[in-house]
Amino acid sequence: MKISNSWLREWVNPELTTQELADQITMAGLEVDGIEKVAGDFSGVVVGEIVACEQHPDADKLRVCKVAGHPEGEMQVVCGAPNARVGIKIPFALVGAKLPGDFKIKKAKLRGVESFGMLCAQTELELGEDNDGIWELPEDAPTGTDLREYLQLDDETIEVDLTPNRSDCLGVAGIAREVGVLNRCAVQGPEIAPVPQQIEESLPVSLLAEPACPRYVGRIIRNIDIKAQTPLWMQERLRRSGLRSIDPVVDVTNYVLLELGQPMHAFDLEKLSGGIKVRMAEHGEELTLLDGQEVKLQEGTLVIADEEKPLAMAGIMGGLDSSVTEGTQHIFLESAFFNPLAIAGKARSYGLHTDSSHRFERGVDYHLQEKAVERATQLLLDIVGGEPGPVHLRELTETMPAERHITLRRARVEQGLGIQLADDEIVDILTRLGLEKIDQNDEGWTFLAPSFRFDIAIEADLLEELARVYGYNRIPSESFTAELEIAPRPESMVAQDNLEQTLLSRGYYEAITFSFIDSDNAALFDPEADPVALQNPISAELAVMRTTLLPGLCKALQYNLNRQQNRVRLFETGLRFVPGAELHQEQMIAGLAYGNRYAENWTGSKDSVDFYDVKADVEALLARTGAANEFRFVAGQHPALHPGQTAKIMRGDREVGVIGALHPQLQKKLDLSKPAFVFELSLEAIGEGKVPAFRPLSKFPEVRRDLALLIDADVPAASLVETAVEVAGETLTDLKIFDVYQGKGIDLNRKSVALGLTFQHSSRTLNDDEINAAIDAVVGKLEEKYNASLR
Amino acid sequence: MQDLQSLTEQAMELVEKADGLAALDQVRVDYLGKKGQLTALLKGLGKLSAEERPAAGAKINEAKQQVQEKINARRNRLEQEAINAKLAEETIDVTLPGRGEEQGNAHPITRTLKRVEEFFAGIGFSVENGPEVEQDYYNFEALNIPAHHPARAMHDTFYVDPTTVLRTHTSSVQIRTMEKKSPPLRIICPGRVYRCDSDVTHSPMFHQVEGLVIGENISFAHLKGTIDQFLRAFFEAEVPVRFRPSYFPFTEPSAEADIQCTACGGEGCRVCSGTGWLEILGCGMVHPNVFAACDIDSEKYSGFAFGIGIERLAMLRYGVNDLRLFFDNDLRFLKQF
Repeated sequence: MKISNSWLREWVNPELTTQELADQITMAGLEVDGIEKVAGDFSGVVVGEIVACEQHPDADKLRVCKVAGHPEGEMQVVCGAPNARVGIKIPFALVGAKLPGDFKIKKAKLRGVESFGMLCAQTELELGEDNDGIWELPEDAPTGTDLREYLQLDDETIEVDLTPNRSDCLGVAGIAREVGVLNRCAVQGPEIAPVPQQIEESLPVSLLAEPACPRYVGRIIRNIDIKAQTPLWMQERLRRSGLRSIDPVVDVTNYVLLELGQPMHAFDLEKLSGGIKVRMAEHGEELTLLDGQEVKLQEGTLVIADEEKPLAMAGIMGGLDSSVTEGTQHIFLESAFFNPLAIAGKARSYGLHTDSSHRFERGVDYHLQEKAVERATQLLLDIVGGEPGPVHLRELTETMPAERHITLRRARVEQGLGIQLADDEIVDILTRLGLEKIDQNDEGWTFLAPSFRFDIAIEADLLEELARVYGYNRIPSESFTAELEIAPRPESMVAQDNLEQTLLSRGYYEAITFSFIDSDNAALFDPEADPVALQNPISAELAVMRTTLLPGLCKALQYNLNRQQNRVRLFETGLRFVPGAELHQEQMIAGLAYGNRYAENWTGSKDSVDFYDVKADVEALLARTGAANEFRFVAGQHPALHPGQTAKIMRGDREVGVIGALHPQLQKKLDLSKPAFVFELSLEAIGEGKVPAFRPLSKFPEVRRDLALLIDADVPAASLVETAVEVAGETLTDLKIFDVYQGKGIDLNRKSVALGLTFQHSSRTLNDDEINAAIDAVVGKLEEKYNASLR
Repeated sequence: MQDLQSLTEQAMELVEKADGLAALDQVRVDYLGKKGQLTALLKGLGKLSAEERPAAGAKINEAKQQVQEKINARRNRLEQEAINAKLAEETIDVTLPGRGEEQGNAHPITRTLKRVEEFFAGIGFSVENGPEVEQDYYNFEALNIPAHHPARAMHDTFYVDPTTVLRTHTSSVQIRTMEKKSPPLRIICPGRVYRCDSDVTHSPMFHQVEGLVIGENISFAHLKGTIDQFLRAFFEAEVPVRFRPSYFPFTEPSAEADIQCTACGGEGCRVCSGTGWLEILGCGMVHPNVFAACDIDSEKYSGFAFGIGIERLAMLRYGVNDLRLFFDNDLRFLKQF
């Protein structure tokens, strides 16, 4: 909402500078977004009158004018505007004038003819958008007057960014009321007296859509002069509020909208057949709107219709066919109250947003309609003349908004706000805001909410009003007290922070990528899934919810590679969105490693990272649970990963994650020159750990035996270990694979695996026989099960 | 006794000349060993008279002792030299960088989120989480934002289907928590939120921490106190805070808290668009309709809620000048935190 300071001051004029006033209303909840001068910086421009105008001897497009307005008499000015002609009043920049942009007007010679000054277009003064020629001022503009003075340009536009609850301030009257309350000063609008009817005629109105439109005021005005000019003061006020002047009738309705906050509409009376019907649109009805758009009306859209057809989309936009045009002689003025619920969301559903819908959606004072019609009539009669008919009101009292009686308990003021307010002050603040005290008892008061405040309905609303007017910043800042209880904190839960720290100390940086990704990209990583799609994505690149965190990490990898960051370790935590009978939103932790194993360093190793590096990182995460032995890595398949370098991570029978190298095809598609290794784990599955349980330390020596075994190359080491552990007996305390070899000296299909077994008894020294027996059992079982042989 | 004198001098000289532990030991064997030359003199004592014997013996032993002491001293020196030589040989360039993995960093958003969490955890708030693909009910309806409420236009919501949205704020977690737990409550809800808006100053995904306190006799003054203290603690400065009336359907009264611009100290600059103030968070007293939706008696309980934009805090705290940097994941950016 934009209004000019001078307009507001006409209503209410506290002793405050514009900036102080803006700060004051900002602090009362009407946030001022900006204060702007209403015109460019210029000086030395007066109202001029062209008293003679002749063709330039040497230029077709130039004219040589004699212009009155200079204190020293008529001046010769060469002008190129097509509309320059004798008799018109125009802005006349004298020699020595300064125009916006620090442009100085000097005496000049144009094609040999001297020119003393310049005749200005609106745009040259930053006073409007009209650039078609010089600006024609009203005939009665006093020649020689300084233009700034004449147009009262030493004024500012105040732009107020209103929250949706404050529809009452969508008009000068509302903001003035607020300023009056805050400064305890009088608010005086223009006098709006009923305009007596000159004709009897009125249009029948039927309200057929209860409760969408419970109140409708209409008035016929006959024999207007649509050719009349909107007075400059009104044009200027409209302009300063961001509206263009259209024609006097539209200008007046817009003016009343800005002044009082009541959206109005004027129909060309001749184009209506029969009376007005306010009803819901019927199936298949169409309407051409004022802006030329043809719309198919949805059922449930409130329309203003006549006997035959819809005329306007109620509260949103008028129709083209029934609108006021150059040829209009008689008009029908509409000033209605539409229920916010009937209008809310409707404009948006047609892709529209108008000054009218903006107000009706939020709530227009339901007692304002007659006043607005009277005001509009008064202004219209002044400009276009005409004979008004009676103000015709139709009202469905039953469906009018109910009166809101609100009880305010004295005790709640202190309880809710933490301040003590005197009774007088409470009643005074609320009364000035337009509430009416209707009852009072020991505990408090009952107030009637004003018809313009749709946001006041309950006690809490009154507390807000009190706090607002009293001043939020005068309310003390206090600490609250609470009963402290120790909350449960299961030790077995692994804090996400610990997991993150583990990766950080292993060289990973934390990334945050978008939860929505490109659907093609999503399909590369998870072709089976039908990811959740957004109905209104920002772009195709951010269109579906990720089913894995890997695409985001890969994109971040590409981003960094493109910026010469060639060694990348990234991880991310966040939700993935797995569609199913019910959408599964699962917290994941995922990582990616690319490039050299170690950051470039003087100590050598330029090896690339490989599967086992990343596996160690994952194992470090799993170790955080204190139950690392519950997890297994099982060779597996994943559509985005290398078929020979992928493991599913299992906890018991549950698959909790995956690790592997990106599939070479995907690697190529992503334009990565080296393999990238990734992992992704369910945070919930690795968040459940174990509380440590102490085992006594044995005082007796441990014995280590090493075995070098040849087995078929495709036997997983893990199987070997698992079997060995099974048969080695209880005294086996540790088993390590300390060497794996495949190549020269061994059968092509075999590999050598060296196992180190450690034995220890808790209460005595083990003898050789016992250990030999255990080793024999291990070797025997491995021979039998995996065709293993001692090397 | 001339022998003793010269033997001793000889031995002493050899000790002095010995340039290694082995050579030194040889001297010891040659003169003091069982078959050593000085030891041999002792054997010659038998030839002396009983009167002469003790004095001569004493002299020889004294000489032996002198030599032994000399040997010891020499050994110590040689050993010390050997150690020094070894140390010199083992000296390395301690200014070369250490070996091994470098240390990564948490994302500045996470860093900021955790910092916020810690302040509130310190006064007994617990952390609550909720889904990001959220039902309209939790994101809007239960928060007193019915369908077609004009406030919905402020939210630029992403829709999955007509009744499912990407949560536009973490206030939805308020409702889920109030449904599960009874007052008193002190919670914060950190997380990702989404709005259908993308330009230099808006990201379609960003982070919020929602806070909620419910108890008996919780007032607007408590809200102010909490926010005041938090902002000062967060910025580690006595930064002026102001509260402006605002509007959120789920709080009444509602407020916007501003801090004095950290860039210009309130003079007015580009960061604060010349106002001297920075909007930092929205807050207010929980609306009775929200309590009603969660079956909490608003006659007995009152409460306040606040919603903090984490990107904004991080930008101000660390001087980050472009919102988009947070989601590019440029290592050159991440390594700075």
